[in-house]
Amino acid sequence: MTATTMTPADRADHLGIHQPRLPKWGPAVIAAGSAAVAIAIGLVAGLQSKIQWGLIAAILFVIGQYVIASRVEGRRQAKDRLATALVWVAFLLAVVPLASLIYETIARGIKVLNGYFLTHSMNGVVTIQPGGGVYHALLGTIEQVAIATLIAAPIGLLTAIYLVEYGKGKLAKAVTFFVDVMTGIPSIVAGLFILSVWIMMLGFGYSGFAGSLALAILMMPTVVRSTEEMLKLVPNELREASYALGVPKWKTILKVVLPTSIGGITTGVMLSIARITGETAPLLLLVFGNPMINNNPFEGAQASLPLYIYEQWANGNEASYDRAWAAALVLIAFVMILNLVARGIARWKSPKTGR
Amino acid sequence: MTTDIRTPAPPPPQAPKAQPGHLTSAKGTGRLGDKIFLGFSRGAGITLLVLMGAIAVFLTIRAVMALSKNEGNFFTTFEWNANSTPPVFGIAVLAFGTIVSSIIAMLIAVPIAVAIALFITHYAPRKLATPIAYVIDLLAAIPSIVYGLWGALFLVPHLTGVYKWLDSWLGWTVVFSYDGGAARSLMTVGILLAIMILPIITNVSREVFAQAPKMHEEAALALGATRWEVIRTAVLPFGRSGVISASMLGLGRALGETMAVATVLSPSAILSAKILEPGGGTFAQNIASAFKEAGEFGRDALIASGLVLFVITLLVNGAARLIIARRKEYSGANG
Repeated sequence: MTATTMTPADRADHLGIHQPRLPKWGPAVIAAGSAAVAIAIGLVAGLQSKIQWGLIAAILFVIGQYVIASRVEGRRQAKDRLATALVWVAFLLAVVPLASLIYETIARGIKVLNGYFLTHSMNGVVTIQPGGGVYHALLGTIEQVAIATLIAAPIGLLTAIYLVEYGKGKLAKAVTFFVDVMTGIPSIVAGLFILSVWIMMLGFGYSGFAGSLALAILMMPTVVRSTEEMLKLVPNELREASYALGVPKWKTILKVVLPTSIGGITTGVMLSIARITGETAPLLLLVFGNPMINNNPFEGAQASLPLYIYEQWANGNEASYDRAWAAALVLIAFVMILNLVARGIARWKSPKTGR
Repeated sequence: MTTDIRTPAPPPPQAPKAQPGHLTSAKGTGRLGDKIFLGFSRGAGITLLVLMGAIAVFLTIRAVMALSKNEGNFFTTFEWNANSTPPVFGIAVLAFGTIVSSIIAMLIAVPIAVAIALFITHYAPRKLATPIAYVIDLLAAIPSIVYGLWGALFLVPHLTGVYKWLDSWLGWTVVFSYDGGAARSLMTVGILLAIMILPIITNVSREVFAQAPKMHEEAALALGATRWEVIRTAVLPFGRSGVISASMLGLGRALGETMAVATVLSPSAILSAKILEPGGGTFAQNIASAFKEAGEFGRDALIASGLVLFVITLLVNGAARLIIARRKEYSGANG
């Protein structure tokens, strides 16, 4: 009898319940093959754009794998492989622009980025010539963001406390809904609002402070949302214990709830600072830009880092582009450091959930 | 053999937890300190509401002032000549450009974002999933002006080849006809916006997919489903409303994006179906570009267009939030 010499796999084949599968290295080989074919097509057809090469390779890979898999493994498995391939391709498609953006910014920005660039303004610099720096813009951004944080953080914090600790009824529901909607306000609309009130109605001039007001509007809802999440994480047992000792509610909030969640709240505030640091549109309307150093955020037009990038780009010459890239590098570095520190704090002082 | 064996099923979606802070009376003990503190925190909440109302009111006042002197029809006029006498301006081109570029962005971003969300929750090796989610978060942190700079100086020159290729295959459709100029068109804007709204759609979808009931997935696996069949039958139906609201949040972003559009698009007062050709404009881009030359009245006109943008984004975001709010088990949409 032949059956006695059969391995389990053979027997499975014999019974028709074992489906043939592509070997583990199958997808890798197909991927390499489609990349090679795509390069060949690109060279033969003389396609210059590398984007096209990548797209052709991706399409070949997805189709090739589907065809081969449906021959070998059957339709259901082929569909599964198709989905897997598409998901991987989508992921790579998303990584490519990010990698390109970071690479371009560093490669082009590093050219003029040095100590001189960080410590000098654009005062008296002819735009088509190299030279000048971002000191005035850096100063303006720091001042504007600091003022915005001083306005937005307390209001945001108190609102979140209201929503979590006191909030009941219609008012709390309305606040929750409009905070959510407020996160979606386009930054330029916030700028137009401050423009219509502060500059056109009350008659103040362009200033860093006007920009700060718009930034504060953009910052408040994000602070509320993140603080709310953090306060909700504070275990109720802590509050109960405090009440049981006869501590009034406001002291419980100040001495028990806030200290427990302070790490997460700090993270949230820092992340929203990082977010408004890159805002350009409202500053274009309210701060106006200024090539000279203006230390006073309450008087006269100021510069700001994102606005500086836009102005240098608008100059439209190589020296200005270099400065724009360098400023972009400074801005990204600033935002990324804020992000990393914020997440570091979150990990270091994560709220004790008691679970 | 499917090797996707997961940890034992977690308990079913948490039973409704007691709302923190609500155990005692909401008013506190009625002592002076409590009253003051409640007053402050409630005041902050009311401040936010007042702010939202004030935005609507002040923009409307300015817009009405502008519209009363407008010689053109606000909704059908193509050009934007708010500084000329008599002023003639309209939002036809801006509305068209805003909607078209946002639609392009959504068509590109939503499928990719959903795929990445699935990648993170169901496909990526465990060790890779967290860093990838982190990288997507960083993508969201990059300022829009940097995207704009990259779009104008890197993406635009690199897309001309793709557009020529599109033209040679699909040029007969008119929509994809292209004559080889700089690719500073609505299509490029749409692609750039897609990259920019990818993170928010991915993050929200990812959170929903991660909450899909494990029991359903395991049941599907036990019936011999492939991984794709598990996703199609157990994960996607569960996450559908989450994906819709995530997309609408992304749409809200795309509609209001200013700087990336202002740097990439080469604006003009034409309304054309040729999305690869330069021209057109969006609400936000027009405000940023026209502001420096606008006089007192010109600003009012720009505020009028800003009001339209405000209302549109308000509706889109409000709808997205209502969809999210309807799913009680899902919270933390914007964390």
